[in-house]
Amino acid sequence: MFDKILIANRGEIACRVIKTARAMGIRTVAVHSDADRDALHVKMADEAVPIGPPPASESYIVIDRILDAVRRTGAQAVHPGYGFLSERAGFARALEAAGVAFIGPPVGAIEAMGDKITSKKLAAKAGVSTVPGYMGLIGDADEAVKIAGQIGYPVMIKASAGGGGKGMRIAWTDDETREGFQSSKNEAKSSFGDDRIFIEKFVTSPRHIEIQVLGDAHGNCIYLGERECSIQRRNQKVIEEAPSPFLDERTRRAMGEQAVALAQAVDYCSAGTVEFIVDDKKNFYFLEMNTRLQVEHPVTELITGIDLVEQMIRVAAGEPLALKQSDVRLDGWALESRLYAEDPYRNFLPSIGRLTRYRPPAEEPRRVRNDTGVYEGGEISMFYDPMIAKLCTWGQDRDAALEEMRVALDTFEVEGIAHNLPFLSAVMDHPRFASGDITTGFIAEEYPDGFDGVTLPGAAQHRIAALAARMWEVVSARAGQISGQLSTADPHAERALVVILAGEQHPVRLNGQGAVSFGDVSIDVTALDWHPGATLARAEVGGVAIAVKVDRRTDGFRIRYRGADLVVKVYTPRQAELAALMPEKLPPDTSKMLLCPMPGLIVTLAVAEGDEVQEGQALCTVEAMKMENVLRAERKGVVSKVHVAPGQSLSVDEVIMEFD
Amino acid sequence: MQEILDELERRRDHARLGGGQRRIDAQHAKGKLTARERLDVLLDEGSFEEFDMFVAHRATDFGMAEHKYPGDGVVTGWGTINGRMVYVFSQDFTVLGGSLSETHAQKICKIMDMAVRNGAPVIGLNDSGGARIQEGVASLAGYAEVFQRNIMASGVVPQISVIMGPCAGGAVYSPAMTDFIFMVRDSSYMFVTGPDVVKTVTNEVVTAEELGGASTHTRKSSVADGAFDNDIDALLEVRRLVDLLPLSNRERPPERPVFDAPDRIEMSLDTLVPDNANLPYDMHELIRKTADEGEFYEIQKDFAGNILTGFIRLDGATVGVVANQPMVLAGCLDIDASRKAARFVRFCDAFEIPILTFVDVPGFLPGTGQEHGGVIKHGAKLLFAYGEATVPKVTVITRKAYGGAYDVMASKHLRGDFNYAWPTAEIAVMGAKGAVEILYRSELGEPEKISGRTQEYEARFANPFVAAEKGFIDEVIMPHSTRRRVTRAFAALRGKSLQNPWKKHDNIPL
Repeated sequence: MFDKILIANRGEIACRVIKTARAMGIRTVAVHSDADRDALHVKMADEAVPIGPPPASESYIVIDRILDAVRRTGAQAVHPGYGFLSERAGFARALEAAGVAFIGPPVGAIEAMGDKITSKKLAAKAGVSTVPGYMGLIGDADEAVKIAGQIGYPVMIKASAGGGGKGMRIAWTDDETREGFQSSKNEAKSSFGDDRIFIEKFVTSPRHIEIQVLGDAHGNCIYLGERECSIQRRNQKVIEEAPSPFLDERTRRAMGEQAVALAQAVDYCSAGTVEFIVDDKKNFYFLEMNTRLQVEHPVTELITGIDLVEQMIRVAAGEPLALKQSDVRLDGWALESRLYAEDPYRNFLPSIGRLTRYRPPAEEPRRVRNDTGVYEGGEISMFYDPMIAKLCTWGQDRDAALEEMRVALDTFEVEGIAHNLPFLSAVMDHPRFASGDITTGFIAEEYPDGFDGVTLPGAAQHRIAALAARMWEVVSARAGQISGQLSTADPHAERALVVILAGEQHPVRLNGQGAVSFGDVSIDVTALDWHPGATLARAEVGGVAIAVKVDRRTDGFRIRYRGADLVVKVYTPRQAELAALMPEKLPPDTSKMLLCPMPGLIVTLAVAEGDEVQEGQALCTVEAMKMENVLRAERKGVVSKVHVAPGQSLSVDEVIMEFD
Repeated sequence: MQEILDELERRRDHARLGGGQRRIDAQHAKGKLTARERLDVLLDEGSFEEFDMFVAHRATDFGMAEHKYPGDGVVTGWGTINGRMVYVFSQDFTVLGGSLSETHAQKICKIMDMAVRNGAPVIGLNDSGGARIQEGVASLAGYAEVFQRNIMASGVVPQISVIMGPCAGGAVYSPAMTDFIFMVRDSSYMFVTGPDVVKTVTNEVVTAEELGGASTHTRKSSVADGAFDNDIDALLEVRRLVDLLPLSNRERPPERPVFDAPDRIEMSLDTLVPDNANLPYDMHELIRKTADEGEFYEIQKDFAGNILTGFIRLDGATVGVVANQPMVLAGCLDIDASRKAARFVRFCDAFEIPILTFVDVPGFLPGTGQEHGGVIKHGAKLLFAYGEATVPKVTVITRKAYGGAYDVMASKHLRGDFNYAWPTAEIAVMGAKGAVEILYRSELGEPEKISGRTQEYEARFANPFVAAEKGFIDEVIMPHSTRRRVTRAFAALRGKSLQNPWKKHDNIPL
């Protein structure tokens, strides 16, 4: 076994690998860019080596820098994590040349699977079911149309070197094929420097289901069940689970056996993933093979009890697999939610900044697991992937895992940056998701206009109102203990309050023993775990255990629960009666304005009145604190008025320009 | 007998109706509450005790004898806020537009005299069209009587004004002399001369809102300390503020049970100051993470954002906070920031509220605008205020403490009691770049030499240890232990006793 390994990665995956290595008694070396000097993986590792400036292209994916770090620290093996150099055959080859073990598959397997067309041919040869399509390269748009006609619409036009949705088009007609061919080609050229294009049948109502395989250098290869990763946004996975709610035992075995066959065809050793697309009749087709540890591997670990990183390290050290296929038992259900530093209310724009608060739910073996790469007080930079944590839960069945996840999300505190927790909560509560009736189109179909928050059902609103009333009772009791009182406040046995939530007044009475009555209906709030200043509240409300995030307001609370973000006002009946007389003040509509996000100086204006702008297009540059900040369009539109000129200094929220 | 008792109730009911239902409806239509409704929100339920309910004016000119209302346009009395006593007056716009008559003023003066005598704050809810013109100079005399009492009460009991309607002309000077002014957005304004006069005299066309609305006074003029969306919000915020203040200068600030460990550690503060000295960070985060339960009651938050002022509690007791804010103008001191902080420091000192100062100040803001505006005298106000303050003073330097601004910001030399610095502190006459340009002027043409000199200077002065060697810093502390340190410091200063030499009063550079 190795004494010391280097992890050629950052963030949560580097931390995750370090954990297992440490448990195995192996010393660890972290590498880091200048932006990651204080990152969690650096703190966790036994040694850390700086490898260059913040951009990954100048640090994490520079092979020489990693090799240099290996040499300097004497690491005997390198775990590449995912992304970065993990699927670069050149990297594996360079390590081999340097006599350092690569904790991953052999070079040949990486190369064979790295190319979409080659891998598909190999798969077909190994007896793996593939999507009907044209394997050869396509010369021009006319040929593309001809081939599309032979396969039958709809078709998918794909870049051979593609990934992450780039260079991908769906076509339903000849015209769309023509157009899609050209744009895929252009995009492929600019993104990958490789404009080879192929066409295949587009599968309708598709699910993304993948098989985890594990092989060793002694010819053993097994599969560890599947993961369903259909909840994706623009081909970015958001929620994964294992097993799939869709597969039956027969299909699972068929997919597993084909995946193993493919792995063996390329002498695969290490952990790998064979991705399939599955249609609504449980026909499955090979998509691609990822020759690395997959982001969503924890769900497989949770239902199999197998530590995949440990297996990878053992296999890389030459050990034969200690597991046989018959040893693999799938136990219970696991879910994974990816926490992204993206603003769900602003079309999932990446968000950067300081994590002023970061308190994940407590981890519990086989119930709650959080793979994280950040910590409270850390900085989310613009240089890397916006995924900051993977929250996993396990339960005896899907419902139990789902309920565990809902609560875990409710108690996950992240402040300082925008993040997708409300969106994740919303999906967990979505009836269609809960039913398991999902496809890769789920998010696009259910949230066609983006995400604009959650409206709680009536029963949940009552529970929140009851909880707020009880918390207010705690606040009032404390307020009544201030020094310098004329006489102590009269401790009412029963107290009337009015809770205002989502525009609705709920008159309630408190009996001082935890019961909150709404007219004839009484809700018991017991086991209340909250005190002023606490940012989480837990209680049994009407027999339901709930956990919410709480912020104090002068007139009540801000409560976040199940993806809803609520202002809950608590008044005395008299205050409520008078509050009803107050005019409703709508905040000025700033949705069609660009406001200055910080005090600063306008350096340049990139657009003029009348210009049409696209989402993400640069509008102007504001210099603040010697930093130039590019402000971009949040959506497409036409610039109707520009209020500022270069050189002008602005305060926060000053209007820079307006759109039609 | 019963009839006699009933007569009292009848008269009370009549008085409570103020200017009548029609005017009450008009008041509501403007989004405003009536004088009595406001007191219902401000005070603990059922705690209000009214004075002078039946007072009526004595004027007869201009047919005023026909227009008598019991109470004469202002409701006065006392009540409690969370059980603590306050005196209140609430002007009733439904009665003759809330205009101030001789008797109206007498009612206000009566409760102000009682407040000073008995040691409880005065809260004034202003909603008045101005002087009762029919009464002429008697009304003006009434204003002046109130002014004189505002002056005498200043520093004796906290005075809080809430502007909830018009407040124009001489009337503005009463709130102007109180400790805090809150305004209600869109329904209140304050100015010495209104838009019509402005138009006549200067030809400027301006709306009442632009001239003296809540936004103007909280962002531009700094006349007001806070603006709120409606009457309810404003009054609830007053309740919160009163909870933080002592009832008078004869009492300590209030305390209440706290649900936050005084020795809470905040590891995230260790990374608050960025590696790059030119990058800002939000000082609010430090204040909130230091305060009990993360609560910060900010005063003048929309004005001079380069300095933050407000109240927190530490282990249950009120502490005033002054902090440079690197997010705005790099935290420089300027005229506005100095005025804002100086007034706040003097309030705290007057009412025995200890002062916590967080320092990250690169210096005073340069420029003709500042110099011609008198930054020398305005900056001196803050220096003066800190220097004369005898309350417990605890200071934490987080990053920059450069030049004269270092001295000003509650330094050891201004009788600071506990002066802490984080390891990231840089206490020097100026930043390394500027210093090297002066010290090594002859080498300016040689960038390599200059960069060496800069590094040399940074190594020597860009740290807290030079100051610590001299005892100007009592201790260099870990950022994560800030709450524990400052809470213990204030606990240790509970018995502090310090007197300034006798004087009639000082001569602060106003």
